[in-house]
Amino acid sequence: MFFVKKGVLLTALLVASAGAVAQNAKPTDPQIAHIAYTAGEIDIKAAEQALKISKNKDVHAFANDMVRDHTAVNQKALALVKKLKVTPENNGTSKALLKQADEEHAKLAKLSGAAFDKAYAENEVAYHKTVNGALQNTLIPSATNSELKDLLSTGLKVFQGHEQHAENLVEKMK
Amino acid sequence: MTDGSRHLYRVLLVAIFALAGPVSASAEVIQVKVSGFAFNPAQVVAHVGDTIQWVNGDFLAHTATARDGKWDVSLPAGKSGALVVKKAGAIDYYCRYHPNMVGRIDVVRGKAR
Ligand SMILES: [Cu+2]
Repeated sequence: MFFVKKGVLLTALLVASAGAVAQNAKPTDPQIAHIAYTAGEIDIKAAEQALKISKNKDVHAFANDMVRDHTAVNQKALALVKKLKVTPENNGTSKALLKQADEEHAKLAKLSGAAFDKAYAENEVAYHKTVNGALQNTLIPSATNSELKDLLSTGLKVFQGHEQHAENLVEKMK
Repeated sequence: MTDGSRHLYRVLLVAIFALAGPVSASAEVIQVKVSGFAFNPAQVVAHVGDTIQWVNGDFLAHTATARDGKWDVSLPAGKSGALVVKKAGAIDYYCRYHPNMVGRIDVVRGKAR
């Protein structure tokens, strides 16, 4: 199925790029901060696209939740890196995430109505699953600063909540 | 008003009502902390007429929403929300924004103390 394939592909991409980072060393705190911030930005952009294209009120409610939560988390992240005097550093994982997101954005842009709603909801499930995996398996264990680790753990809870929320949304579309 | 003083205010208010009439004789305010993406305690027992107060300590907004859709209390970041339980029975609730956050209120018939 297309949806499954997409999730697997994204996961493979993330693992591959996380692996590329891991070959040299674990991702550094500046890289981790960049990845986490980028992951939030991507979901905000996807939500903004949904708010523009969709006419479904459940999709709008979900998209507004994504904008609100990820904006709040990213504001926290910005305040933290400022406090820690860390400059987020671009890296392979961030780039892979962005590339995949741009492709998804282009695909969704061609859809409308129920087809868009379904594709958006399914992609949100896949996307949150992928980011949860990256947070759990790579980013949280690699973070050295305890405040960064705490914020990532909060981020994981946010993403897990959104994953279930997205699953509920997919169910509603059926 | 700070959360602490608001809580005190509620307690006083409840105390005044408790003096005023037998209906609220046993009314209490039951606090549920909302932090780290969980309701704590996740399960509370209340009497009819009690107030459930959710205190959101997270930097994100949550809701306490009845599973049956009968009520929806919004809990902005760092703020509280409250609800008076009016009927005996079990109420399952969750957060609309993060449906993996769940809680339950067991409402038992109020008894005069
Ligand atoms: Cu919530």
